[in-house]
Amino acid sequence: MNAIEVDGLTRRYGDLVAVDDVSFSVAEGEILGLLGPNGAGKSTLVNTLCTLLRPSEGTARVAGHDVVADPGGVRSSIGVVFQEPALDEELTGRENLRFHARLYGIRKQRRRERTATVLDLVDLADDADKPVGEYSGGMARRLELARGLLHEPAVLFLDEPTVGLDAGTRKTVREYVARLNREAGVTVVLTTHYMEEADALCDRVAIVDDGSVVALDAPDALKDGLGGDVIRLGTDGPAAVERAVGDAPWVRSVTRTGDGLDVGVDDGERRVAALVTAASEVAGVSTVSVDRPTLERVFLSLTGRTVEAADETGPGVAVAAETEADDD
Amino acid sequence: MTDGSGRLGREAVAVYGLWKRDLVRFWRAKSRVVGLLLGPFFILVFFGFGFSDARFGSIPSSLSYLEYLVPGILGFTMLFSASFTGLAVLSDREVGFLKEILVAPVSRTAVVVGRIAGGATTTMLQALLILVLAVPLGFRPVSLVGVGVAVVFLVLVAATFIGLGLAMASQFKDTQGYNLIVNFALFPLAFLSGAFYPLSNLPAPLQVVGYLNPLTYGVDGLRGALVGYSERALVVDFGAMVIAAVLTVALGAALFRRVEAV
Repeated sequence: MNAIEVDGLTRRYGDLVAVDDVSFSVAEGEILGLLGPNGAGKSTLVNTLCTLLRPSEGTARVAGHDVVADPGGVRSSIGVVFQEPALDEELTGRENLRFHARLYGIRKQRRRERTATVLDLVDLADDADKPVGEYSGGMARRLELARGLLHEPAVLFLDEPTVGLDAGTRKTVREYVARLNREAGVTVVLTTHYMEEADALCDRVAIVDDGSVVALDAPDALKDGLGGDVIRLGTDGPAAVERAVGDAPWVRSVTRTGDGLDVGVDDGERRVAALVTAASEVAGVSTVSVDRPTLERVFLSLTGRTVEAADETGPGVAVAAETEADDD
Repeated sequence: MTDGSGRLGREAVAVYGLWKRDLVRFWRAKSRVVGLLLGPFFILVFFGFGFSDARFGSIPSSLSYLEYLVPGILGFTMLFSASFTGLAVLSDREVGFLKEILVAPVSRTAVVVGRIAGGATTTMLQALLILVLAVPLGFRPVSLVGVGVAVVFLVLVAATFIGLGLAMASQFKDTQGYNLIVNFALFPLAFLSGAFYPLSNLPAPLQVVGYLNPLTYGVDGLRGALVGYSERALVVDFGAMVIAAVLTVALGAALFRRVEAV
């Protein structure tokens, strides 16, 4: 059974279509990334799947429960970590977990067991009795991850789990997410606009742009779709090298560059030795490097812009709107 | 994820969790609470002594002004602290915590009941604190039974104004608009309730407004219970407060149910 099935899901705010006829499914135990710039509709999609927003059209089932017909069933099967922190800073970490357990109807005995387990999982056992107001950003995020897992959900939603954290903490939080998925077996749906996050964490990545899912596949498959790796060869006899290797079955394309050749291949690291050997028999080889396609380039080729550029239009528009408001 | 205790049992645990959170936060905010109570307490002290020789229309001469004022200050304190429950909902929204509550598998009814239970308890504690502080000023309740009856009225006043606070909070996205309305409404509600002087001293049109104000019946009931003097029979005050509490709680619950978390 799939953990999530989405069919023709649409959510409008007035005239604005935030999520536009989206369909996909997520297998149990999978980590699915929704990758896209700010304002692409990722959070709206997640909030709809969490039953916080009602779909305008289409259906979605989470852990077998319909988000419209059985929101209660969905809610008891999911854990959510929101983009903005959602902790009570006046309570301690343990009290936040205790409150959460009571909201989910978990009784004392099991609450204690679960609290200890999830605190261990995110290495917060020693800081559990400090007020959350004294936590660092990374600790607060980890506490939210722990809380999301406290009631043993089938699916964990993480909305931009590492946004606003420094690079080191971001990496730590990613490691925790991978660990939760591995050790608790929970299906994870996360939104992100960090390419490396989607690449490192996710089994599959859905590229979201302007309310639509424009591509959905494993990160490597998405990158392979661009035409595989490119081996950049610096050589003094490009014509000779092209004749020598151009017809090899593993060569996809050969392009002349300023100081040599770009050779498109299926699996760069495995082919680099063969290419260099063949090339050095007919010409001098000065440099060699393997250029792997990135999700950044996938996003660029699918949407015609980079994620950063797409991000920048968002805040830019907001600033313009604020300035106008000030003039009034 | 169920504990095999049934839906009702789970909802009860959730209500308890919401109530407990309010109490823990109340206890941690002790100094803030004392600060908030200073206002009503100062009014009690200075009006109580300052007006001790003044005569206010229909107040019987056997009653000192302090005795007349204490139940009024209790009502005023309740009004004041009940408005904080609505504020708590909005500040939960501002810090994002409301989402944590609304995404849980708990009915909105349970959320509303938990909020009202927590707010009513902390509001009552504040009113009782004021009552205790009034004793060294020379205030003596007529009887212990009277104090028990007063607690019933305090519960009804708390429920009424917390229901109203939730209804208003559900109409605002942040605390600023809510605060504006509350500050605007708080003093007219207090002045048109007979808390500080008999309503009959006011011009007739204002008296009419006063008789539509639930606090009028709450304060009169508290006065009857604590000092043995009331303008109406306690049953009338009680009936009016029950109706007011049921109506505002229903209104608050109905409006809060439609609140979206995002």
